Amino acid sequence: MHRLANPTRFLRLCNMVKPWAMAITLLCLATGLYFSLFKSPPDYQQSDTVRIMYVHVPAAWMAMFCYSAMALSSAAALIWGHLVAQLIAKATAPIGASFTFLALITGSLWGKPMWGTWWVWDARLTSVLILFFLYLGFIVLHDAFDDTSRGARAASILAVVGAVNVPIIKFSVDWWNTLHQPASVVKLDGPAIHSSMLVPLLLMACGYTGFYLWMLIVRMRAEFNSNKIRAIRIRQANR
Amino acid sequence: MKRKNKRLSMISAAFLAICAAMALILAAFEDNIVFFYSPTEIINNELQANQRLRLGGLVEEGSVQRATGSPIITFNVTDLITTVPITFKGILPDLFREGQGIVAEGNFRGGKFFATEVLAKHDENYMPKEIAEALKKSGKWKGAENALPQTK
Repeated sequence: MHRLANPTRFLRLCNMVKPWAMAITLLCLATGLYFSLFKSPPDYQQSDTVRIMYVHVPAAWMAMFCYSAMALSSAAALIWGHLVAQLIAKATAPIGASFTFLALITGSLWGKPMWGTWWVWDARLTSVLILFFLYLGFIVLHDAFDDTSRGARAASILAVVGAVNVPIIKFSVDWWNTLHQPASVVKLDGPAIHSSMLVPLLLMACGYTGFYLWMLIVRMRAEFNSNKIRAIRIRQANR
Repeated sequence: MKRKNKRLSMISAAFLAICAAMALILAAFEDNIVFFYSPTEIINNELQANQRLRLGGLVEEGSVQRATGSPIITFNVTDLITTVPITFKGILPDLFREGQGIVAEGNFRGGKFFATEVLAKHDENYMPKEIAEALKKSGKWKGAENALPQTK
């Protein structure tokens, strides 16, 4: 891991991974959308409304995955002071926030026809809303200081503290009575979802993950470049 | 290197402390976090008069009654131990059917639960209609009798 803390080495890896991430994203999303919207069967209870699941569930997974990535790299930045780790956290935040927003919106659109309500304050929905606010807090805090390194430090601490919320989201449906149903895929006794629906769901999840990697690489390059520009400006101003 | 190790252990310790604090807070507020109570939990707890609460359970088979010419619906909700009669006036969600899990919000008046809102729960099982029907035919169906959709 420490080897990759070198920005040049990290950028080289980014350049290597990027075409693969693009290919996986486009391939998985194209096939995944085709299967989930046209080829997968309607659910026995929810009929065609179940198709929202193929957009909603991977978005919710990515919301938690991105937060975990952000918290871990924030911790690495706090402990070892790696600039690359700090930039990964900064670049992940808006991507994760977008996934969370997508999960909240699609969940709401799914809740109305199935549950009969757009929103309830049950443990799952509330903890995901808190996750969204944690992302927003991280983004705002990062830019709240004139000294960028102080902002990064404050935001990193927030990200690490907020990581408590991730297991709460995951297990909220098991620990408390909720309107949201329990986990269907990631659970001890195997998925409770028929393979004809599980395959498109996993394809979509692969596509979402590829999209995250792709966007992360694009944003990381932008971060490195803006750091370079800032360094040049400072040098010019000092001349 | 020493300082880095110190930071690592400090951050880990702080994180564990936050987790412990969070666990205590969540345990203390459990009553406020649960979205609904089961009929048995409600019967075993002292209720204040007219206290608003959410009641969750399965709609009892054969208990749904609609009075002709009036929007009032009565049905029983059960957790298979205790059964509570519910009266509701309004629009039911599409997933509402006998055997389905529902959450009703309202209050008790004289042993009856008057709901102002009824929400449907759906479980974590996803499968095509044919599979559900095959499971029912082979007797391996674990869900409710009527959980199959009415064929249009």
